[in-house]
Amino acid sequence: MSNTLNNDLKQQLVADFQATESRLNGEAKTEVHQKRREAMQRFEALGFPTIKHEEWKYSNVNNLVKQTFDFNVKSDFGANDVETLEIPNLQGNVLYFVNGKYNAELSSIVSPESQLQILNFGRAVKENPELLATYFAHYANYQDDAFTALNTAFAHDGVVVHVPAGKIVEEPIILRFITDARTVNAASQPRNLIVVGKNAEVKMAEAFRTLGDNGSFTNVVTEIVVEENANVQYYKVQNETEKAYHIGTTQVIQKDKSHFYAVTVTVNGGFVRNNLNIVLDGQHCESFMYGLYFPNGKQHVDNHTLVDHAKPNSYSNELYKGILKDKSTGVFNGKIFVREYASKTNAYQSCRNVVLSDEASMNTKPQLEIYNDDVKCSHGTTTGKLNDEAIFYMRSRGIPQAEAVTLLMYAFCEDVISQIKIESIREYLSGLIVEKLAQ
Amino acid sequence: MLTITDLKASVDDKAILKGINLEIKPGEVHAIMGPNGSGKSTLASVLAGREEYEVTGGSVEFDGQDLLEMSPEERAAAGIFLAFQYPVEIPGVTTINFLKTALNEIRKSRGEAPLDAAQFLKLMREKAKIVNIDDALLKRSLNEGFSGGEKKRNEIFQMAMLEPKLAILDETDSGLDIDALRIVAEGVNKLRSPERAVIVVTHYQRLLDYIVPDYVHVLYKGRIVKSGSKELAFELEEKGYDWIKAEVAAL
Ligand SMILES: Nc1ncnc2c1ncn2[C@@H]1O[C@H](COP(=O)(O)OP(=O)(O)OP(=O)(O)O)[C@@H](O)[C@H]1O
Ligand SMILES: [Mg+2]
Repeated sequence: MSNTLNNDLKQQLVADFQATESRLNGEAKTEVHQKRREAMQRFEALGFPTIKHEEWKYSNVNNLVKQTFDFNVKSDFGANDVETLEIPNLQGNVLYFVNGKYNAELSSIVSPESQLQILNFGRAVKENPELLATYFAHYANYQDDAFTALNTAFAHDGVVVHVPAGKIVEEPIILRFITDARTVNAASQPRNLIVVGKNAEVKMAEAFRTLGDNGSFTNVVTEIVVEENANVQYYKVQNETEKAYHIGTTQVIQKDKSHFYAVTVTVNGGFVRNNLNIVLDGQHCESFMYGLYFPNGKQHVDNHTLVDHAKPNSYSNELYKGILKDKSTGVFNGKIFVREYASKTNAYQSCRNVVLSDEASMNTKPQLEIYNDDVKCSHGTTTGKLNDEAIFYMRSRGIPQAEAVTLLMYAFCEDVISQIKIESIREYLSGLIVEKLAQ
Repeated sequence: MLTITDLKASVDDKAILKGINLEIKPGEVHAIMGPNGSGKSTLASVLAGREEYEVTGGSVEFDGQDLLEMSPEERAAAGIFLAFQYPVEIPGVTTINFLKTALNEIRKSRGEAPLDAAQFLKLMREKAKIVNIDDALLKRSLNEGFSGGEKKRNEIFQMAMLEPKLAILDETDSGLDIDALRIVAEGVNKLRSPERAVIVVTHYQRLLDYIVPDYVHVLYKGRIVKSGSKELAFELEEKGYDWIKAEVAAL
């Protein structure tokens, strides 16, 4: 096929898959593994996308797939590192994954099991196969998306969360994905499944951080099932290195009267692609999607969102904001689908950007596909500079230029940051953002 | 305190100030009046350091320093304050946060310790009384969605907080109802002191009933064409600017 790349990474992965499969023993017959195998076949057929692929037009993975990575890096990342990293003392259910492997020693689960069942993926395959059979890989599209196929084929670690019906989980779930690239090019493919039962509530965050000067590649997929009248707050926080490739898909399915809030904040990362796909498979649902990104240097941040209004009477609203500096590039692609039967849909989308350098660029592409007349939809994108009048106003009150600019930029982000309802995460991010903006 | 000598400024190569001379001493109040478009706000902006305006000639000395060499923030630290004719809306920055940053930056540049949250709040409560400004307003984003009158009141509140040596009030009276005008003007009067000078740019004698000026100047076509005592303002109120324009034309 002309629009796929044949390359080292693909060959490496095909070989890896065969090697892994030969070590599985009894697990090879499980439903999970049948999915893996199917996904691997799809990956082989699909290959990595080129920029000829419509969804990858502005995000070129050519430099990623030319590299090779170690998917099984042994890391001595431990409690000491947690401290020297200035990772804040997070409260709640905090789970560490180092190079994709669950680290039980660093992790702590505080919520009672009656509220929250958390297993790492490997244990879930053994201890809760029913849950995986019901949900795993039912939503994330491994048929058409090469990276999702790849992740599914290699789904061995990550988290499987089940919040039983009616449970309000008080303590947040914080998943820390640490990529230790201090010795070699490190790669990982975390796979998460979050099932939130009827009338249940949970707040969760995925935080990604890379260490070291070598290259890294994270290919993460999270499936989230929001059952009837459930409420989920989901935050994705990225603070990786200039050499880090991050490709992630968050696939959400919402049932009747459920609420889902997503906030995606990219503080740093070399090449970032976030797919947030929400299927509103219920009536009277609400979905909110917020995003923030601040690329500088040569960083590239691509956010693709897809909201699929499959049933009537639901509401979705998204707001993405970015500040681009230096030679950085950004992409926002927001697709809203309103299906034929989804009357009385309300869907709103807005993407606002501040581009601070002539060499930085932002590509925004709203796509509305509406097959019903009785809907309210709007979208808007703006790309501008900082308000000079406001800067002068602040300076005239004694605030130095640089400070005024930072203050304005922070103010621009404020309405997104304030959406984060896990205080420790919000404060951690505020600090990172102020620091980054002042650069 | 302030000595403006033959000041010329232009924007986009269009000359706007064409040779301004003005001397202001501590404690004095100078009113600047004049028809629309004559250059009053431009003069105020040039004094505050707005960079769009290119100074093409002349000098401005403030407390022995060359004002034109200073950045806007240095001027603020030196004690210049401009109450804007059109205060800028800044979404996402509360008035409180804005002023705290400003005040502490000014203190820092003077080698003073920053005020902590409690000290700042105390000062704020005290000063809020001067212009009778509502706490709720100060918690909102700066000027965002404020009514015209609220914006002007907020400007004077900021002046009270920053305690400048020279305050330039650019049409602070416009957009104020009668009661607000009195409150704001009384606020300014409370801030008058032997060390503090005020330049009041206005179109109306009404404001000068409250803030009684020592001098009144008429700015026309980029020049101060007439100066006098407070009686000049009455004369302008009564007769308009035609007689001044005629005088200038006759020269
Ligand atoms: N940034 C600018 N660009 C172009 N022209 C400008 C700019 N600023 C001021 N001017 C022009 O300079 C002249 C003086 O304007 P200025 O605002 O100083 O007048 P003013 O005396 O304050 O008037 P008003 O009484 O209406 O407030 C006007 O002709 C105005 O259009
Ligand atoms: Mg004016």
